[in-house]
Amino acid sequence: MNEKLTSIKQEILDSIEQSAVSRASAFELRKKYLDSKTGEIGQLMKEMKNIPNEEKAEYGKQVNELKNWATEVFEDLDAKMKDKELKLRYENEKIDVTIDSEPTEKGNLHPITQMRNQLIDVFAGMGFTIFEGTEIENDYYNFTALNTPADHPARDMQDTFYLSPEFLLRTQTSSGQIHVMENSKPPIKILSPGKVFRSDDDATHSPMFTQMEGLVVDKKITLCDLKGMLDVFVKKIYGEDTTTRLRPSYFPFTEPSVEVDVSCFECGGKGCKLCKGTGWIEILGAGIVNKKVLENCGIDSEEYSGLAFGIGIERTAMLKYGINNIKLLFESDLNVLKQIDDN
Amino acid sequence: MLVPLSWLNEYVDIKDITPQELEEKLFSCGFEVEEVIEIGKDISGVVVGLVKECEPIPDTHLHVCKVDVGTGELLQICCGADNVSAGKKFPVALDGASVYATAKDHKTVEGVMKIKAGKLRGYDSNGMLCSGVEIGVSEGMYPGASYNGLLLLDDNEQIGADIKPVVGLDDYIFDVSITANRPDCQCITGIAREVAAVLNREYKAPALDFTPDSSKKEGFIVEVEAPDICPRYIGHYVHDVVIKESPLWMKRRLALVGQEPISNMVDITNYVSLEMGQPMHAFDCDYIEGNKIVVRRAKDKEKIVTLDSQEYELTTNNLVICDGVKPVAIAGVMGGLNSEIRETTKEVLFESAKFARDNIRKTSRALGKRTDASAKYEKGVDEYSTYNAMKRALHLVEELECGVVSSTHVDVNTGNSIEPKEMKVSIAKVNRVLGIEVPADDIVRILKNLSFDPKVNGDELTLMIPAYREDMESYPDVAEEVIRMYGYDHIVDTFLPDAKVTMGGLNAKQKKELKLKKDLCARGAYECIHYSFISPSDFNLLNFSEDAVERKAIKILNPINEDLSVMRTTLAPSMLHAVSRNQKKGNLEGKLFEVASRFIPKNLPLTEYPEEKQTLSLAIFGEKYDFYTLKGMANAVADSFFTKFKYEPCEKPFLHPYQTASIKEGDTVIGYLGKVAYEVAEKLDLRTDAYILEIDLDYLYALDTKAAYKPLSKFASVNRDLALLTDKNITCGEVEDTIKDACKYITGVKLFDVYEGENIPADKKSLAFTVTFTPGEEDFEADSVDKYVKKILGNLKYKLNVEIRS
Repeated sequence: MNEKLTSIKQEILDSIEQSAVSRASAFELRKKYLDSKTGEIGQLMKEMKNIPNEEKAEYGKQVNELKNWATEVFEDLDAKMKDKELKLRYENEKIDVTIDSEPTEKGNLHPITQMRNQLIDVFAGMGFTIFEGTEIENDYYNFTALNTPADHPARDMQDTFYLSPEFLLRTQTSSGQIHVMENSKPPIKILSPGKVFRSDDDATHSPMFTQMEGLVVDKKITLCDLKGMLDVFVKKIYGEDTTTRLRPSYFPFTEPSVEVDVSCFECGGKGCKLCKGTGWIEILGAGIVNKKVLENCGIDSEEYSGLAFGIGIERTAMLKYGINNIKLLFESDLNVLKQIDDN
Repeated sequence: MLVPLSWLNEYVDIKDITPQELEEKLFSCGFEVEEVIEIGKDISGVVVGLVKECEPIPDTHLHVCKVDVGTGELLQICCGADNVSAGKKFPVALDGASVYATAKDHKTVEGVMKIKAGKLRGYDSNGMLCSGVEIGVSEGMYPGASYNGLLLLDDNEQIGADIKPVVGLDDYIFDVSITANRPDCQCITGIAREVAAVLNREYKAPALDFTPDSSKKEGFIVEVEAPDICPRYIGHYVHDVVIKESPLWMKRRLALVGQEPISNMVDITNYVSLEMGQPMHAFDCDYIEGNKIVVRRAKDKEKIVTLDSQEYELTTNNLVICDGVKPVAIAGVMGGLNSEIRETTKEVLFESAKFARDNIRKTSRALGKRTDASAKYEKGVDEYSTYNAMKRALHLVEELECGVVSSTHVDVNTGNSIEPKEMKVSIAKVNRVLGIEVPADDIVRILKNLSFDPKVNGDELTLMIPAYREDMESYPDVAEEVIRMYGYDHIVDTFLPDAKVTMGGLNAKQKKELKLKKDLCARGAYECIHYSFISPSDFNLLNFSEDAVERKAIKILNPINEDLSVMRTTLAPSMLHAVSRNQKKGNLEGKLFEVASRFIPKNLPLTEYPEEKQTLSLAIFGEKYDFYTLKGMANAVADSFFTKFKYEPCEKPFLHPYQTASIKEGDTVIGYLGKVAYEVAEKLDLRTDAYILEIDLDYLYALDTKAAYKPLSKFASVNRDLALLTDKNITCGEVEDTIKDACKYITGVKLFDVYEGENIPADKKSLAFTVTFTPGEEDFEADSVDKYVKKILGNLKYKLNVEIRS
């Protein structure tokens, strides 16, 4: 091979070795050898005239081979440099992914609203509509119509805030029952959520809290229906493995009256701190609507019967979310409100 | 209510039932045991011991004793008590025993200690001789137990026997919760009747017999002037009274429930009250003037000093028991000091009466005096017990041999029967309440156990309801009796098999409310719930003038305290306090909202329902927020209801005078928004600026706006920028409204620059808007937009004297 060609080949390899550090410098080198006008390999062709005729063919072939070889070398080099530069770019953009972002703005419904919505969802699916009564009630709807006349000892169960001799802050959402039954005919299925008030303010009581009253009035409603319906409800809220237990209690507006306990969802009924070792947690009061209450609302108690239940929403939410102090629910502390996101 | 099991056992045999079983049985039939108190739970390893030898240890107050504890070997024990002596029996705590540790006074219990064999002054001591205090025994439980020294046991006690049964430490006390419908169970016999029923055992009623002599208190009369609140008053005269201590069995029972034994006559009244549930009283007849008892309403400002030496001024709402001259007791609450039983008492008048429960409740509340008697009367006492309790007391007078029962028995009543009342119910109806078929045999057994004397005739059940069961009215009550004894675990799950299908779910208003809340949450706001009542001082905090409508608030007559005493007429105070509390906890930035009612009275005091106006309150606070952030939230509310709000400068006493606006929907003002005034922020210790709004939601719920698709224009919109020169007092809103009103194709008016200063007259400002015109079904003509712009400029000039800036 022509000595010059051999030395150019070596020169290309050497200069790549020495100076090809980037795509740009590689391109400059390529230009030096392969530029169609000024490239050194192109210049070799121009020296053909000085080559003896019998060697011309061989020389031309060799220059062409050199050109093809160089083209390939520079293409490889460019690809390599591209890879290298991409890698470098990535490396330069290395960040500490453990650094926290600015939080995206997002709010939450109040835990009581969240719990209330979940309860409404369950009962709406069973055909309940929602009736919201007023917070200020008169004595008749809060007590008398609910079979709690003035001298009734059950009035002592609830310390009432009075606003005038006749008007008071409702002590229970059961007053909603009466308004609904006075204004509609069975079948009735209503849920009556809302704020209620009792003159109690200590570590475990808040003077205002939230109840949800449920009422079904239809033909042939029984205690078994009450248990069956509440069983569906507790399974939806506390999990499919939860079971219910009824035990006797007393409310003036139901007869028979029961307390409803659920199997402890923390320990599954084995006994733990949450259920105080009993395996059961008291969640609500319920019963068969007292026939006097139906009669007070002009509903024939021989034809129709009803079931009613009252759920304390704070208690339900506190149990579900592990909130240990009812007062936290009314303090609007963002540190608390941000934690409960169960919408 | 406290129920010692040893006492309960007198009326129903429960010796073979463990306390746990009994607790479960009571629970299943409606009586929750709130606490099980094991009397001797801290005491173990203590036996009856006989001191055989007792030698003083020289130069000390100690004795070294040889004690027989029944093991065959004598135990050497050193003892420092002054009453230790040979030949006497004492409680002996053996090595490893557990007893109470006392303070230096030997009286105050300081904890539980373990007894270990050891040495005292070089003498082996293998246990301890104990005092009453050290084994938790009081005088009422064992005579001599209060002596500050060893508890001297009766000579008949068996050496080596466990001390617990000897001194009554093997007992349990149940604290039973009684529901309001069962006042008849506020006593030991009441619980005994239930236990007998649930265990299917015999109830042994206490003895009521007595033999009056022929003596009479001549001329003695009882006048009941207020039969409406005293339906029955029974008095019985006892003479030749001997006041002394009650017998041990009675003192022990009183002591177990925390009732201090006083003297036989007083103890009988307390004992009967606990046993039968009927409060009783005993008067010393020497101090009853005029030979009569008058039951009447008190005179206004009439005074009485009660047994506990407290003086009370009464009103006509209170019922008093009087003699011929003066009040001698506040009925149902407490006796008077003037006629109390003394050591010298020779003649006693026992009282057993029924008083109206709400009258006693009101008196007890008004005087701030709650006694065992008032608590029982408030829940209700039945006349059957009123009648029998007197018999029981007289029986006890004879049993205790502390007086002679005379023939003077006065029963003033309104004719209420104390005989069982017949009730007929249908078995089918009972089962229909329950939803299961309880076998007829079980129904009969249960009702028989409850002393209802059931008779079955086909479907008809005839019951004789004892007079103490005033709660039994009709078949649902019978159903409850049956199921609580039959067992609630028999109730099966059914799901309204016969009920009609109903449509459930939220109504339109409820859906709108929830949507609004969710929209606000999506914009970073957290929902709060605050009390419906606030402090009247909050109106001052917010600088409301004396005649401001906000101050026309409904007051709670009996608030817990002043801070929770008026119903909210504005949600702002609660919200501002919430911001303040958050800042104190270091939350310096946030968005809070509340949806709640404001209470607007139509008249005061209330004689009709007030308006409860559902209202949104929203506050934002933090360095990065300003007035316009809050306005953005207000616009989000408008979007939620598919409408637009307009804003006009206004003033609120608690807001910044120049950063406050009213919120209008159409032409109706429905709220306000603004920056919290600095002086208010200072009072609340706010560390950043805060902004607040309130919007009337009832108005928005009533709008019939809804989500609707507006077809997109097929043609491109055209934007024109207008630089306008206006008077300084013209608001951006006014200009925007004028522009919008000029042309129906305008789909956007956006302010992009406000400039005052150089090149502008001093009383002017420059406002620059981008106005977007969107074609309808046909594209604009070449010169349409120019025409619209010309019209806009004409209107601006005409209405607001606004010029285009050259």
